[in-house]
Amino acid sequence: MAILVVAEHDNTNVKDATHKVVTAAKAMGGDVDVLVAGQNAGAAAAAAAKIEGVRKVLHADGATLAKQMAEPLEALIVPLMSGYDAVLFPASTTGKNAAPRVAAKLDVMQLSGVIGVESATTFVRPIYAGNAIITVEDNQAKKVLTVQPTAFKAAGEGGSASVETTAAPAGPFKSAFVSEEMAKSDRPELTAAKRVVSGGRALGSSEEFHRVLDPLADKLGAAVGASRAAVDAGYAPNDYQVGQTGKVVAPELYVAVGISGAIQHLAGMKDSKVIVAINKDEEAPIFQIADYGLVADYKTAVPELMDELTKAGV
Amino acid sequence: MKVLVPVKRVLDYNLKVRVKPDGSGVDLSNLKMSINPFCEIAVEEAVRMKEGGGGHAKDAATEVIAASIGPEQAQETIRNALAIGADRGILVKADGEVEPLAVAKILKAVIEAEKPDLVILGKQAIDDDSNQVGQMLAALLDWPQATFASKIVLHAGKATVTREVDGGLQTLDVELPAIVTTDLRLNEPRYASLPNIMKAKKKPIDVKTPADFGVDTAPRIKVLKTAEPGKRSGGIKVKSAAELVGKLKEAGVL
Ligand SMILES: Cc1cc2nc3c(=O)[nH]c(=O)nc-3n(C[C@H](O)[C@H](O)[C@H](O)COP(=O)(O)OP(=O)(O)OC[C@H]3O[C@@H](n4cnc5c(N)ncnc54)[C@H](O)[C@@H]3O)c2cc1C
Ligand SMILES: Cc1cc2nc3c(=O)[nH]c(=O)nc-3n(C[C@H](O)[C@H](O)[C@H](O)COP(=O)(O)OP(=O)(O)OC[C@H]3O[C@@H](n4cnc5c(N)ncnc54)[C@H](O)[C@@H]3O)c2cc1C
Repeated sequence: MAILVVAEHDNTNVKDATHKVVTAAKAMGGDVDVLVAGQNAGAAAAAAAKIEGVRKVLHADGATLAKQMAEPLEALIVPLMSGYDAVLFPASTTGKNAAPRVAAKLDVMQLSGVIGVESATTFVRPIYAGNAIITVEDNQAKKVLTVQPTAFKAAGEGGSASVETTAAPAGPFKSAFVSEEMAKSDRPELTAAKRVVSGGRALGSSEEFHRVLDPLADKLGAAVGASRAAVDAGYAPNDYQVGQTGKVVAPELYVAVGISGAIQHLAGMKDSKVIVAINKDEEAPIFQIADYGLVADYKTAVPELMDELTKAGV
Repeated sequence: MKVLVPVKRVLDYNLKVRVKPDGSGVDLSNLKMSINPFCEIAVEEAVRMKEGGGGHAKDAATEVIAASIGPEQAQETIRNALAIGADRGILVKADGEVEPLAVAKILKAVIEAEKPDLVILGKQAIDDDSNQVGQMLAALLDWPQATFASKIVLHAGKATVTREVDGGLQTLDVELPAIVTTDLRLNEPRYASLPNIMKAKKKPIDVKTPADFGVDTAPRIKVLKTAEPGKRSGGIKVKSAAELVGKLKEAGVL
């Protein structure tokens, strides 16, 4: 069996999600190749070649792939599938955007957000915001999956796969990139961070959100996340949203500040190793899943926590 | 411009699903079903294109059609869309689960009959969380797509759409006809007024079957079992920040 993993990358670096999807692919058994589709993405292709267990890297480079938009990715991947039995995408916005197009063109039913690979044909995925977990059998001749990276360990480095180039699709396409506003931050990326500090509606304003949470995140070397309520209210940008319909995170430490713990929020963070909740309402549902709950007003609790962390040498 | 909005009937988002003890599925009996929240946002946007508002000129859309694939009760979901302001409905009656690929194939046939200029879907249904139908439909039609939209600006023959992506926001131009899927920040759907709910009862709903469109809805994926998620072992309440830091040190996460 041959499996194609579509790399998550920024043309220079291959994101950790790729290593995790490679692990999922290896669990299916067979040869695993990685596709790096981008523009001037030679460095990313070289990085992908170092992922352990990869047979070969396919590198497609061209202007049409600069933003990894759905139409050109479909045009690139569908013909490649004559040589593969399965294609796996990370469940990132890029993967979620492109994978169903490939599936539809191959006349294949896609499995979304896979969190477990039991065999080459048996997969596990959550439904209903993670409140039910289904095990499914996929016997289609070709398989298209999006994989939840947080559910898999990253494949190691130390591989030395060959890099083969493949042509980028020529276009033209009916969608065109106009602009982007990407958050710039020195903090770790939310979905890959070992620690995450998240804020909710309680923070009350954008200024307060950043005034309270940024120093705590910096002290812990953590990424910053938010509840939907905090994003909707404009306290935090959209890419901070953790949850069923935002990002799924599974850090070693998740600190929820002023978040009630709605099921939609829990769906995005309940697989964190240690969960801390700071909430002034002792009945808040977040305490049902928190390992350590502190019933307190964040206004006093967060500064105290900062002091205690300093005392503890953090 | 004609706008089609596919709407799905799902378990109400306030409710927590129960897994059947024998693992054969989830128990939805006697639970409140509602319009999928992302579909509601899609209907709201389409209706604003018709009424004016949300940055759209009045009459940018001339007709808004709501379509649903599902059981007889999906009529209620369509009535929901009609109460927000859609003009008419199409119900494609299918009992049992219809997979996203089959939904997309049925919608493709509906689109070929109705010829809308724009199709707005939810980015995901909150029951199966597939996040597939819009993209599949775009591929089947060879149309451009803009998923996870937080802003739509219509121009002659194209739409400029801002998308919520992992790193922030991305803006695209898509030629019409196109597929757009909605994210949470696109708009805040209105509460339908009582007069509009009454009016919706009189709006027409066409009833069809998948066979009318020649689509086979036999599932491709077999669900072997449905289980409860692993439970987290209960935690403790700490009394102070000092105790918390102590516990975190013990747990080895600092
Ligand atoms: C279709 C759909 C999708 C959704 N997707 C997501 C998603 O992906 N992610 C997500 O997070 N939500 C999502 N939601 C929203 C979700 O249902 C909740 O509304 C949201 O998570 C609530 O955010 P919150 O906990 O910040 O706010 P609230 O529920 O208002 O909670 C605020 C909490 O702060 C506490 N508090 C107040 N003041 C203080 C203080 N001074 N100190 C300490 N604590 C204080 C309160 O006790 C309360 O528990 C979705 C909803 C829908 C319908
Ligand atoms: C517990 C459970 C068991 C299941 N078992 C089976 C099974 O045994 N066999 C099987 O084949 N499938 C099964 N399914 C699959 C499920 O029914 C379909 O995958 C689902 O209906 C379509 O996926 P989605 O709604 O997540 O699509 P998404 O791609 O998440 O939906 C996105 C958007 O597409 C549109 N849309 C989606 N569905 C419709 C619709 N019906 N009508 C109109 N518009 C729509 C809406 O605008 C929606 O916002 C099961 C699902 C669940 C939750």
